[in-house]
Amino acid sequence: MADFDQELDASGLNCPLPILRAKKSLAGLSVGQVLHIIATDPGSVKDFEAFAKQTGNELMESKEEGGKFHFLIKKA
Amino acid sequence: MQEKKLAIIATKGSLDWAYPPFILASTASALGYDTEIFFTFYGLQLLRKKLALEVTPLGNPGMPMPMGMDKWFPVALTALPFMQALMTSMMKKKMASKGIASLEELRELCQEAEVRLIACQMTVDLFDMNPADFIDGIEYAGAARFFEFAGESDICLYI
Repeated sequence: MADFDQELDASGLNCPLPILRAKKSLAGLSVGQVLHIIATDPGSVKDFEAFAKQTGNELMESKEEGGKFHFLIKKA
Repeated sequence: MQEKKLAIIATKGSLDWAYPPFILASTASALGYDTEIFFTFYGLQLLRKKLALEVTPLGNPGMPMPMGMDKWFPVALTALPFMQALMTSMMKKKMASKGIASLEELRELCQEAEVRLIACQMTVDLFDMNPADFIDGIEYAGAARFFEFAGESDICLYI
């Protein structure tokens, strides 16, 4: 997994909390910085795709590893 | 991208139906929507400082119940006095165990995200409700105020 500037562990949280927490974390980052999100909600895979598409932030990576979902989002 | 607008009318005052307005409004805000919720009739219960919302199995054949009770438990017995309290407590436990946010938390997230919450003044008068019982930061207005925003909205939901 590529480098990131901040990590957000949203494990155990259900919709829409991972998205809301990610939005909050991104607000504290500068443009170009990368947020690593860890989630266990299977719905978050489609949700983070949709979040990136609608907010313009770039979803650099999305993968499942060890029963958890990992996302890298670059702030636009 | 020009900011999109979401207008919601929240009309229901039960634990289950309190979720959709707050989930959709908070998510829409995170996606950059300008969002308003207009609370009318039983929806006003969602604005109380102290939420005391319940869920009822009565007249709700779609509600999953423990031990498959929705299949064999006589419908008439769901009207028994303890059923509503029992179902409410079970639903709350279930939600907490699944990592679902509490309504208080979602409502707070909506307010932090500057979702505008509007209480129907007519309902407040009708049910002799006390504005002191409601959370701070809400607006009191009527139908015309709702249309001012809803008329310009991209999405309008009646919940």
